[in-house]
Amino acid sequence: MGEYTLKLRRYQPDSGEAPYWEEFTIDLDGKRSVLDGILQAKDRQDGSIGIRCSCRAAICGSCGVRINGRPGLACHMHLDEAAERSPDGAIEVEPMGNMPVIKDLIVDMDAVHWKKMQRVTPWLLPEGPPPEREYIVSPESMIDITQTMACIQCGACVSDCLSMEVDPLFIGPAALAKAYRFVGDPRDGQHKQRLKDLAEDPHGIYDCTHCFNCIEACPKGVAPMSQIMRLRRIAGSEHDIDDRNNGHRHEMAFVNNIEKNGLLHEADLLPDSYGGKFHPRAVPELLRSLPAILKALQRGKVTPQKALLHAHKADENVRRIFNHVHDKDERYELNLYVVGEEDEHQSDDSSAAGHSPPERSPNT
Amino acid sequence: MKVAYWPGCVSRGFTPELHGSMAQVAPLLDIELVELDRASCCGAGVIAEHNQELADTLNARTFALAQQEIAGGADLMMNICSTCQGSQNECQERLDGNSEYREHINETLAPEGLTYERGISNKNFLWLLVEEIGLDALKEKVERPLTDLRVGPFYGCYIVRPTDRLGIDRETPRDRYLQQLIEALGGTVVDYAGQYKCCGFPIITMNRDASLKQAGRHLGDAIDADADCLVTPCPLCHLNLDLQQPLAEKVVGRELGMPVLHLPQLVGLALGLEPKELGMSKHVVRPSSVIDWSTSVVGGVDAVAAGDR
Repeated sequence: MGEYTLKLRRYQPDSGEAPYWEEFTIDLDGKRSVLDGILQAKDRQDGSIGIRCSCRAAICGSCGVRINGRPGLACHMHLDEAAERSPDGAIEVEPMGNMPVIKDLIVDMDAVHWKKMQRVTPWLLPEGPPPEREYIVSPESMIDITQTMACIQCGACVSDCLSMEVDPLFIGPAALAKAYRFVGDPRDGQHKQRLKDLAEDPHGIYDCTHCFNCIEACPKGVAPMSQIMRLRRIAGSEHDIDDRNNGHRHEMAFVNNIEKNGLLHEADLLPDSYGGKFHPRAVPELLRSLPAILKALQRGKVTPQKALLHAHKADENVRRIFNHVHDKDERYELNLYVVGEEDEHQSDDSSAAGHSPPERSPNT
Repeated sequence: MKVAYWPGCVSRGFTPELHGSMAQVAPLLDIELVELDRASCCGAGVIAEHNQELADTLNARTFALAQQEIAGGADLMMNICSTCQGSQNECQERLDGNSEYREHINETLAPEGLTYERGISNKNFLWLLVEEIGLDALKEKVERPLTDLRVGPFYGCYIVRPTDRLGIDRETPRDRYLQQLIEALGGTVVDYAGQYKCCGFPIITMNRDASLKQAGRHLGDAIDADADCLVTPCPLCHLNLDLQQPLAEKVVGRELGMPVLHLPQLVGLALGLEPKELGMSKHVVRPSSVIDWSTSVVGGVDAVAAGDR
């Protein structure tokens, strides 16, 4: 048995009092969970501590909290590890972020998480009359979406989404990962409509800043950000969705810029992302950026010559690689979540007999 | 130490002072930079978003070019951009994690006579300072300690997440290196809310207000924590935090004026280089708090040195 200090963030919105920290000393083995610690404090010291929980085995997704500032499941972190990671030995437990607090460690999942989940039409929309018996799909085509199906709806990724922090309307990582679950499902008949909806929404797939917080937060390896990138890839490359948020245009402007120059030529990227220097859409956007551009010229950060000309051109081999990959009929994607990582020993044996081949995305 | 040096694009584009200051600082640390001048952009996550195989092939090529230098005597590959570090680590994870995939990518590199061998060591200048040079050795080279300078770290997402991909753990606390470095250079670390957050740059063309709101908030948080300046190993963060700062001011509705230094600039100041040599006059937000400080300390150091003579 060991003694641990839990520092809980207490808050009762209807009391009119501000949130405050309260410390509890608990007595439990270090290999018991932070949730067990909170429940002991609730049981022995203060029955009014608010915490939501059910399975205590990291599968129901009820006990999402922030431990020492990082989101996760309270039942999925050992007390000894949490104490070691804490700033001063006291394990800090707070409610998740980006959602209103109902009481203490309980947040309003309905107001944010579930509302956003509903936003992406989270059910299958097959086309045509249903088959007489079951839908038949190849196992390979379902493997691809198992990663998003691993989501337990705990809200940890929503808690720390940095885009949602500044844009509360952002659909967010959990719901967009769920959207991929249907866009990647061969039985669904509305792929294009789903993607167009999510691409045209100013708070949709192109509102993700690529900060990796959701990948870091997820206790189940869903990697929501990677699923958002797949949605973008399929929307732009397979369905030619030219969204009003400049998302696909920016992607293509970047890719073409590197194919041509080898290194990024920023002075072209901005106008090209808006459709080109003379595009009606580009003019107001460029005017808004003018103060920054003029300042950069004034400071000698950029010379007019450098902004207009770009001496660096792509190596012929870089161009060859672009052509080679773009000429393929199918995109070749490796998902380490599906195939697993080889250990060093396996990989040193370069004959590599008996390895399963990398998964190809069925969306190609 | 000799490194296969990957400067990235932005350090030679809109933040030329980054590449310039690295070139100034390297000889003072006995780092020989062998520039990978045939390599291409890492893709900054955007090429991987477009086509994973394309990004992996381009970065495998960069790694293979670096491995040629390593075979010729360089110790490892070094970059000076958080975004390059993270994008390249992501590609390396796939290339190293599956030999069949690696062979497939290497087939594309073959016409150029290049092959990527598993397990390249590619480190940001920050990691190299702590892990290869060592902070104790660095301390001995400090000519002008950053006494009383209050510095806020700003890492950039790509160099801190995901932790397992970037090799961050208790033994290798790469997410604390900026703090350790600021202290080793004699400065004071400022703890503020935005240090591990996103600068907003990746969505500047898609959702301008959300992007600038991120930059503006973090700068405001640093001001509220009494920082004199921020330091970042990421030139893309520098674009949103410095170049766009006047626009961010308008979005968040408060005056900011927070200088943002590139990592080699902060190191260079402590090693005795002049702000101008380090390209600090090229910043949009004039680092006057830093410059005032260093002129006064330069005066002090000179006076002491003159007294010794």
